[in-house]
Amino acid sequence: MFDLKGYGWMLWDGVQVTLAVGVCSLAVALVLGLFGAWGKLSSSRLARAAAEVYTTVVRGVPELILILIVYYGVPTLIQDTAASFGYDIFVDLNPFLAGFLTLGFVYGAFATEVFRGAYLAVPKGQIEAAYACGMSRALMTRRILLPQMWRFALPGLGNVWMVLIKATALISVIQLPELMRNADIAARAVRLPFTFFFAASLIYLGITAVSMMLQHRAEAWANRGVRRD
Amino acid sequence: MDLSIVWESLPRLFQGSLLTVEITALSVVIGLALAIPLAMMRLARNPFVWMPVYAYIFYFRGTPFIVQLFLIYYGSGQFRDALDAAGLWPFFREAYFCAVLALTLNTAAYTAEILRGAIQAVPHGEIEAARACGMSRALLYRRIILPKAFRLALPAYSNEVVFLLQTTSIVSIIALMDLTGVARVIIARSFEPYKLFLTAAVFYLVMTYAILFAFRKVEHWLSGHLRERPSAEKEAAAAAEAVALR
Repeated sequence: MFDLKGYGWMLWDGVQVTLAVGVCSLAVALVLGLFGAWGKLSSSRLARAAAEVYTTVVRGVPELILILIVYYGVPTLIQDTAASFGYDIFVDLNPFLAGFLTLGFVYGAFATEVFRGAYLAVPKGQIEAAYACGMSRALMTRRILLPQMWRFALPGLGNVWMVLIKATALISVIQLPELMRNADIAARAVRLPFTFFFAASLIYLGITAVSMMLQHRAEAWANRGVRRD
Repeated sequence: MDLSIVWESLPRLFQGSLLTVEITALSVVIGLALAIPLAMMRLARNPFVWMPVYAYIFYFRGTPFIVQLFLIYYGSGQFRDALDAAGLWPFFREAYFCAVLALTLNTAAYTAEILRGAIQAVPHGEIEAARACGMSRALLYRRIILPKAFRLALPAYSNEVVFLLQTTSIVSIIALMDLTGVARVIIARSFEPYKLFLTAAVFYLVMTYAILFAFRKVEHWLSGHLRERPSAEKEAAAAAEAVALR
């Protein structure tokens, strides 16, 4: 159906970079999300305010602007700061690093809301019961809280992953050779833009479809011990 | 820190914001107008009606917006002869047209899915009651289902409008001078990336929360009949609770 003129391997290379940058972003997002949820639910006013500012800012600013700030802005900021202290340095960020740190930062805010909701969904009586059995806070978290939080968080985290993997296409703007960027290069080389962008879009669609299937299975597995009425 | 470049660029950034607001508003209005019939078709029993709509929604929700934009803007060039023959090429040549088309198709798909969920969430009792009153299908939709569905969809729809506003920043890649586009052009000449991008980020932040504020007002206004009447006693209790929460 598609005559890719021998440029199919570029799309395949791109898919691998897309998945790698997606997985790295997800890892950063999960860590930031756990910290963010801890901050939002914390009794410390400072932690609550920091988590609130984090989710508010990320919700209000486009991902593209954040990617451009991190990739172009941060090195310049470091150079300017160093120059004001009399040092002449040159800083260059790797697009892969800049890309996954930015997307991890953005989707960490979404994961924060997911984990916060999951924590609140764990019945308070179970937490009290765990303390009454003499469990320490760490043991209660490990044995009672986290196993159940994962179950409640799974649908939300699946959504975060599916939105995130599509957002990785934006990293093509800072020349990371992922799927979108490679499709662009190939499309320009053989002057078949529709063919290559449509092929790329079907690959993204395939990733989404497989993710949905895996999410469905993971949810069924996580809920295997739960009675349905 | 020298902020004169930010100060000097403010008028041009404002102008860019106007284009951002313009294409957002245009896509929101056309997208909503498309989404209502699409949501109803998605719920039809005839597979020849719902399956194409399902495929459309799945495609536009499952692929990145930047691919959709490139597919329309650059991809149309591959069919230039056919589009020329149909007299459509002057439209597809314009970045503005392609951007609004891509944004509209994108938001229509997301909005149709939101509306579908909302229509399905309308309580059965209300629909049965309307039927029992002898309403026709058209009257049922117009008077009972759609008004209720809009109210149910509003929180999710406000999020969709916010996402759309932020998605518009991507049209700067096809050289439209929206807020992001203007910031990038100024940066290309002045080499002051973080100052200008941070200023643009503040602009987006203000627009986002303006949209959310407006939607909250609309939600409040539409749910007046669901609220209890204010009484002095209740207001005092609510005030006390608000203080206790802090």
